[in-house]
Amino acid sequence: MVRIGDAPGVRRTLIVAALVLSALFLLLPLVAIFAQALMSGLDVYWQNLSDQYTLAAIGLTLLVTLLTVPVNLVFGVFLAWLVTRFTFPGRRLLQTLIDIPFAVSPVVAGLVYLLLYGRNGWLGGWLDAHDIQIMFAWPGIVLVTIFVTCPFVARELIPLMQAQGAREEEAAVTLGASGWTIFRRVTLPKIRHALLYGVILTNARAVGEFGAVSVVAGAIRGQTNTLPLQVEQLYQDYNTVGAFTSASLLAMLALLTLAAKAALEWRAARRETAT
Amino acid sequence: MIAKILTRGHQRRVLPGFGLSLGVSLTFVSLVLLLPLTSLVGQLSTLSLSQYVFLITDPRVMASYGVTLLAAAVAALFNAVFGLLMAWVLVRYEFPGKRLVDALMDLPFALPTAVAGVTLATLYSSSGWMGGLLAPLGIDIAYTWVGIALAMAFTSIPFVVRTVQPVLEDLPAEVDEAAVTLGAADGHAFRRVLLPYLWPALVTGTGLAFVRSLGEFGAVIFIAGGKPYETEITSLMIFVKLQEYDYAGASAVASIVLATSLMLLLIINLWQGRFIKRLHGGRP
Repeated sequence: MVRIGDAPGVRRTLIVAALVLSALFLLLPLVAIFAQALMSGLDVYWQNLSDQYTLAAIGLTLLVTLLTVPVNLVFGVFLAWLVTRFTFPGRRLLQTLIDIPFAVSPVVAGLVYLLLYGRNGWLGGWLDAHDIQIMFAWPGIVLVTIFVTCPFVARELIPLMQAQGAREEEAAVTLGASGWTIFRRVTLPKIRHALLYGVILTNARAVGEFGAVSVVAGAIRGQTNTLPLQVEQLYQDYNTVGAFTSASLLAMLALLTLAAKAALEWRAARRETAT
Repeated sequence: MIAKILTRGHQRRVLPGFGLSLGVSLTFVSLVLLLPLTSLVGQLSTLSLSQYVFLITDPRVMASYGVTLLAAAVAALFNAVFGLLMAWVLVRYEFPGKRLVDALMDLPFALPTAVAGVTLATLYSSSGWMGGLLAPLGIDIAYTWVGIALAMAFTSIPFVVRTVQPVLEDLPAEVDEAAVTLGAADGHAFRRVLLPYLWPALVTGTGLAFVRSLGEFGAVIFIAGGKPYETEITSLMIFVKLQEYDYAGASAVASIVLATSLMLLLIINLWQGRFIKRLHGGRP
């Protein structure tokens, strides 16, 4: 079979161009992160890693992620169940609304939360009176991170659950299964991979969110610095090796994310060829 | 009204969980998305129209619109070409390391934007690996709009690749076979036969890359340098105004950013809707 672009000359030129450009634009920055982090040797790298501010940033990042991911997991599953298993007025509107965080600049996301919970905000007076600090503290970081990452799980589940249809769940109902049993025994096994992928994406973005978090964090060193904010602060302080040490942790997480995605796709493809 | 929907649901619906999932979803959407967004409207409503116009047409802000639009347009166009090339090579050809290159395409989404930002700024500064090579040639990238475009292009690489790739995969083989047997040259056949198929996906991907670039912050600010009137992007303007406690100014500019990206997203969705059949490779 002859196809467009099959001539050896064309093929070779395009492959070489693609490889050179990907190496230049994607691989080189990745290599540079680790090269900069290890510039002064492994000892300095470990020293930077065990710096108390870096450890505090790692801790805060973990806390934010541990709170964000389960919230968005539960919301994503409920929303996907709602819009794929029932029809009701406003269904399309609801689906459009959850795309807002993808369209909004992260700085604007941070701003709207600041306007709501900040000292001069709508809830600011009440929060102040009750001595609850949300802005410039970890609860604010958690809230904006939930905002920024809320579409990921739902967006992975909705197309899949739509395509699968509700026939098997309906059969389970006629057999007398309860709602939770249906979800756990019938739906969950079918959506496991998409759900996991949604969680991986949520996790990656929650760990790495910068724009929205930097608006609401106020950057009190060691107290409200997440890992990306720590990268920024060290970089602004001309501590390049320190900045790239923290950056290398985030880059490793990014590589793990890519590997997990590739593994999930590979398994899905294998199952498709098996059936 | 909710009660009415609920009772109607109970009469017609076979599956359980309608009330619960509706309740959870509406509560979440209201508290997390709508309430904060209404606070922006609330802040804006304290301004008179002339104040609002004054704030959004401030010369420094106007300059930032220009820089942001120019850099985002260049980044989107770069990605249209690069994304099409990558999608084509990954779908049509076999070569060693193909799976790795395919996985690498998602790096910009997986890598935190601040990390991308400091890395690109370091690489392209005059003492960096790339900047050091380009400086003797008289090409400055860091602290110019070219650097901003570069950072925007990096963070939006996956959009075009991942929208064009599935369309190319699903394209019936007969399409380009017919063109080749009829004796058309590669370039001509591609333009006349394949491009009409790929066009909707290409435009959608490029549009998404453009919207993302308009709002990008973390990846851009380090390489941009933030010189007023020259390398200040609009997101940074909002950030600067917030640091000066100018909430009214920040909200006014933010409303422009928000309205622009929502409008563009709506247009992309409508455009995508028109071609939904073709986006699935000619299959319904």
